[in-house]
Amino acid sequence: MTLSSTRRALAIVLGLSVLASPSLAAQRTLLNASYDPTRELYQEYNAAFAKYWKGKSGDDVTVRQSHAGSGGQSRAVIDGLRADVVTLALAYDIDTIAARAKSLPPEWQSRLPNNSAPYTSTIVFLVRKGNPKGIKDWPDLVKPGVAVITPNPKTSGGARWNYLAAWGYALKANNGNAAAAERFVGQLYKNVPVLDSGARGSTITFTQRGLGDVYIAWENEAYLALDEFGADKFEVVMPSVSILAEPPVAVVDRVAERNKNRDLAEEYLKYLYSAEGQAIIARHYYRPRDAAAASAAKVQLPDIELFTIDEVFGGWKKAQAEHFNDKGIFDKIYKP
Amino acid sequence: MAPKRTFAPIAESPKIRIGLVLLSLIYILFFLVLPVVVVFTEAFSRGFAHYLEAVTEPDAQAAIKLTLLVAAIAVPANVVFGVAASWAIAKFDFVGKSFLITLIDLPFSVSPVISGLIYVLMFGGQGLIGPWLDEHDIQIVYAVPGIVLATVFVTFPFVARELIPLMQEQGAEEEEAARSLGASGWQTFWRVTLPNIKWGLLYGVLLCNARAMGEFGAVSVVSGHIRGFTNTMPLHVEILYNEYNLPAAFAVASLLAFLALVTLVAKGILELRYGHELAPVHH
Amino acid sequence: MTVVAARTPFWRKPSVLPGFGLSMGLTLLYLGFIVLIPLAAMILRAAGLSWDEFVGVVTDPRALAAYRLSFGASFVAAVVNIVFGVLTAWVLVRYEFPGKRFVEGLVDLPFALPTAVAGIALTALFAENGWVGQILAKAGLKVAFTPLGVVIALVFIGLPFVVRTVQPVLQDLDKEVEEAAASLGASRLQTFRHIILPAILPAALTGFALAFARALGEYGSVIFIAGNLPMKSEIVPLLIIIKLEQFDYAGAAAIGVAMLTAAFVLLFMINLLQRWSRSRIGAF
Repeated sequence: MTLSSTRRALAIVLGLSVLASPSLAAQRTLLNASYDPTRELYQEYNAAFAKYWKGKSGDDVTVRQSHAGSGGQSRAVIDGLRADVVTLALAYDIDTIAARAKSLPPEWQSRLPNNSAPYTSTIVFLVRKGNPKGIKDWPDLVKPGVAVITPNPKTSGGARWNYLAAWGYALKANNGNAAAAERFVGQLYKNVPVLDSGARGSTITFTQRGLGDVYIAWENEAYLALDEFGADKFEVVMPSVSILAEPPVAVVDRVAERNKNRDLAEEYLKYLYSAEGQAIIARHYYRPRDAAAASAAKVQLPDIELFTIDEVFGGWKKAQAEHFNDKGIFDKIYKP
Repeated sequence: MAPKRTFAPIAESPKIRIGLVLLSLIYILFFLVLPVVVVFTEAFSRGFAHYLEAVTEPDAQAAIKLTLLVAAIAVPANVVFGVAASWAIAKFDFVGKSFLITLIDLPFSVSPVISGLIYVLMFGGQGLIGPWLDEHDIQIVYAVPGIVLATVFVTFPFVARELIPLMQEQGAEEEEAARSLGASGWQTFWRVTLPNIKWGLLYGVLLCNARAMGEFGAVSVVSGHIRGFTNTMPLHVEILYNEYNLPAAFAVASLLAFLALVTLVAKGILELRYGHELAPVHH
Repeated sequence: MTVVAARTPFWRKPSVLPGFGLSMGLTLLYLGFIVLIPLAAMILRAAGLSWDEFVGVVTDPRALAAYRLSFGASFVAAVVNIVFGVLTAWVLVRYEFPGKRFVEGLVDLPFALPTAVAGIALTALFAENGWVGQILAKAGLKVAFTPLGVVIALVFIGLPFVVRTVQPVLQDLDKEVEEAAASLGASRLQTFRHIILPAILPAALTGFALAFARALGEYGSVIFIAGNLPMKSEIVPLLIIIKLEQFDYAGAAAIGVAMLTAAFVLLFMINLLQRWSRSRIGAF
């Protein structure tokens, strides 16, 4: 708590000093619609970016944040939430905005380096201190009597990564047998007592409501929980294999242009790739693209075997249609 | 003094009385007292300094300001409507009156979630007139107008429901007398009707305001949850709660709980001192 | 006077008072724009589905499970409230005890306390590490994040209704009837069953129906304390939100229409109950 509250206090002080500086500089605002667990990341990043932009252009910038489940945010943007930039959990949610609202071009993902994902992350397990149920890897999650916490794949991006990570493991363990993978994931979801709508809700359920033996979590969310509640309460367990998550970012062209924010919005996303941006990303336990930033931030995340969604599932569009749309495999599996 | 009857008592024995009182007190304790106590205990669990920081930080201040703004629009709007509706309904006789009253009551029985949903379906990007609004750069949902609309919807019946029975009970004789003495319509309203309904009106405003400041479900659907911008106090409480910041969540919640207690006290005073000038039945 | 009468349309009685046109016009305009048109937009959206699709959405197993929970929990909560509400009304009207004024004032708390605040407070109380939850956990009872938690939240928000409907009836109840019954040898319990209960029944049922209707649509206080587990602890309003988040606008609207229909039926029943209640009071 202390670390993040000083950080928070710092952000407030920075914010206030920016507000207080008397100048004729223009006051600009930008809205970033993001997914659930990035609250702390963008709180720090926004303050750093505001400072950078002030130095660069002389203008003050306030970045406003909106957080919810990634799918929900995508829907809100389509329905008129005027976000200049979206920073969501997975590419499909931004594809949907491009397809339904046509407010950014379909090839948005090629506009920034690394498929527009300034960092990667993966899916790990958070267990209670001492690992009382002896959770070491994916097969331990389907054992009877193990309660698994994960959010609802219908609304949460993180939950979809969780689901696909489990599926990918099962495929691998069963030599690519899809029926076996479906059985495995089905069994896993039988062990899920609560399905929150966003990753943050699940974190609360596991850490504060005390439900479940293992929480399938974003890596960053798992480490954040250690920071917030103390390493004496929880442990992070790395599975033998997991999925490479690439949460992408994009300018919503139509909104940014309407707000005359295109320059600001583009720079805001570009700066995520800068040394400072990458260092902040590393400090919040995401995996930066820039390895130097990771070592500078003194946060070294363990190396594990990661597979990509393109390799195993043939991309997000296919995975979404097969698994998560109405009457998809998830609907078939999840019938308690 | 009537002689003591032993065979057929008209009151319960002291033992039963005490038992019933205790049972009722336990019910009140668990469902009403403890929740309020827990809000304040948790709010101050990190000390007063933390409490002060939580309620004065910029996002909390923005949430407080937005909540006050929304109430400042929604309550007067519903006062104007409530007075107009009760004037039409109570002072005149017309066909379809009870149907009209039912329609006014409707928002009470509609789920707050639906109250938000209807505006998204109407004004959202994929909504009925969303594309038109977008072309003309008018934003309603995920901005202040949407929050105001949703709040107006859920607080819609409060003033009218208080005034209609009150004005019906008072009848139209006084107004008719004023008119026959040559008073104009507005004079009649300001000098005769308004003084008669002022306490009832205040009562309605009080409840309307409490609900307007505290509405969660409807506002949550249309807010967009932009920190420091479209977050009302109840939504800010939820956000803090989701950021593991329980003391701060309860600190902001304690302001709302305090408002609720003030509302109850003011309501109690009104009922006690001006009960005869309020509507005959409450809720 | 004659002018007024001459201008008065057939569907309303003439009156010397002015302002009917203005006040009625304003009322209808406001009602139309705020309530009726947006509600119509929802119905229109649901009407975009074919009849079979509509039935498919509203009778989907997950939706059925949500109705079961919402109706079931609302019913149980209303039952708790009718029992304890009548008791509390009785105690407040008939007895004197220290702190009575405090209780009297506090009963309306659920009307004034924002539902989100109630939600986090009840969750803090009834979670396994909460003040009450700890004790219940020892007894093996889990409240928070189970359907029982939903009931607790709904008891809270429906608490004032029965108390407030029964209280005035009890106050007006003629004590002489009770005395007469007693002098005829009726026991206190018999008097209660045959004299008092029938008198307060319509009011108590009205309160029950009001509490039930309010509970059915409740969202804020429930989502914090319910586990929100599909098929198990997911209430109907939450299902609507989830449908919306999944771009299923028509599905959200369809379930919304189903809820709206239920609300209408309840409103109608409440009106009937109130009429019955009034005629009952008139008889005394």
